[in-house]
Amino acid sequence: MDTYYHPKDLARFAEMGEEAPELWRKFLEWYNAVFKEGALTEREKALIALGVAHAVQCPYCIDAYTTTCLEKGSTPEQMTEAVHVAAAIRGGASLVHGVQMRSHVDKLSM
Amino acid sequence: MALLTLANSRHPLADTATQRATLAALPLARSFEDAAASAGHDPLRTTAIQILQINVGKRCNQACHHCHVDAGPDRTEVMTPEVVDACLRFLESSDIPTVDITGGAPELHPLFRDIVRRARAAGRHVMDRCNLTITRLPNYADLPEFLAEHRVEVIASLPSFSERQTNAQRGDGVFADSIAALRRFNELGYGADGSGRLLHLVTNPVGAFLPGPQAALEADWKRELQRRFGVSFNRLYTITNMPISRFLQFLSDSGNLQAYMDRLIASFNPAAVEGLMCRSTLSVGWDGRLYDCDFNQMLDLGTATSAPQTIFDATPQSLASRRIVTGPHCFGCTAGAGSSCGGATTT
Repeated sequence: MDTYYHPKDLARFAEMGEEAPELWRKFLEWYNAVFKEGALTEREKALIALGVAHAVQCPYCIDAYTTTCLEKGSTPEQMTEAVHVAAAIRGGASLVHGVQMRSHVDKLSM
Repeated sequence: MALLTLANSRHPLADTATQRATLAALPLARSFEDAAASAGHDPLRTTAIQILQINVGKRCNQACHHCHVDAGPDRTEVMTPEVVDACLRFLESSDIPTVDITGGAPELHPLFRDIVRRARAAGRHVMDRCNLTITRLPNYADLPEFLAEHRVEVIASLPSFSERQTNAQRGDGVFADSIAALRRFNELGYGADGSGRLLHLVTNPVGAFLPGPQAALEADWKRELQRRFGVSFNRLYTITNMPISRFLQFLSDSGNLQAYMDRLIASFNPAAVEGLMCRSTLSVGWDGRLYDCDFNQMLDLGTATSAPQTIFDATPQSLASRRIVTGPHCFGCTAGAGSSCGGATTT
């Protein structure tokens, strides 16, 4: 079946380093540092990543961080709430732009 | 709904040779022997026996989805009095400090309490691998008192503090019964600091993924079980699911087998080899056969041919420094933080 996304392609992510190895190396070094324990725990970061993955709708990230969240000890209930956080921010972002709409209505209207 | 055992449903994976062949046929990046050698163990050998783990049989009042024993109410394999006696004479002739009684549900064995009494009379520490719901059966309602009287360390299975997750792995109603059982154990002093009555919880992931970080999870579980149910315990042990029996069936049926094995191998932790439980545990099967661990037992991988094969022809000395029998499933005990019957093996 023709499809743009293939789950097995996630395992090929490192191929992005083949044409630009130095950029890939820098990305990977920074990426790994981002997810290390810091002021936030690895588990908290994984939940954030899961939410963001849904906000940007990256199926590779959704798969990867679903597994990571489970392996860091998060429960499906916690992960579902994280997805709702992402949805709330995306929905809220659309809604709050409605204030701009209202401002423009006011400008044009008598 | 109760899950049928592989044996009762005549599933192909009920045959241990089929299980071993299934694992051997997988294209894996490396062998466990190669991985252990890279960690300085070539071959992997035992150290002094610290734990005599006695599997008294495969009969159980539950039939959990992840069970590597394929235990259930329909299993009939039960240790005979002769084998029980041989195990205890072996123990008494040794300086092995700990007896770990497992199954199935070991408390269902008619000689379970005699084993506890005799091991305690020999001055040994006794651990009971308890599924908690056994204490809710009418004939076993006094089990917590018995265990408390003999200061048996209770190691109880509870995959999650979520009812939905626990029941998904262990069967409908198991969570409620487990919480009731834990409250009873708490009333008897189990789980309280300094009481001398140790109650540990074992969590296996409810699916094809590795366990979370043990110390962090323990803190979460203590908070949530106390807050939600008023239940306390001493330690939380995270155990990796092994690709054996019913968990192997789940992996195969769900299309997760290859990915799970790849994950175990990719997560190989060389530091986990030193503390592998097979190095200091002797496993005895219901029929008296000897194994390096309960997982090898369920794959029918007996001790090395150069070592004694049954409890009847073994002495602690004859089992010393023996080569450990390994296979692809062993990656389950060396993935991530390592895994054992006592939880993570590395910090």
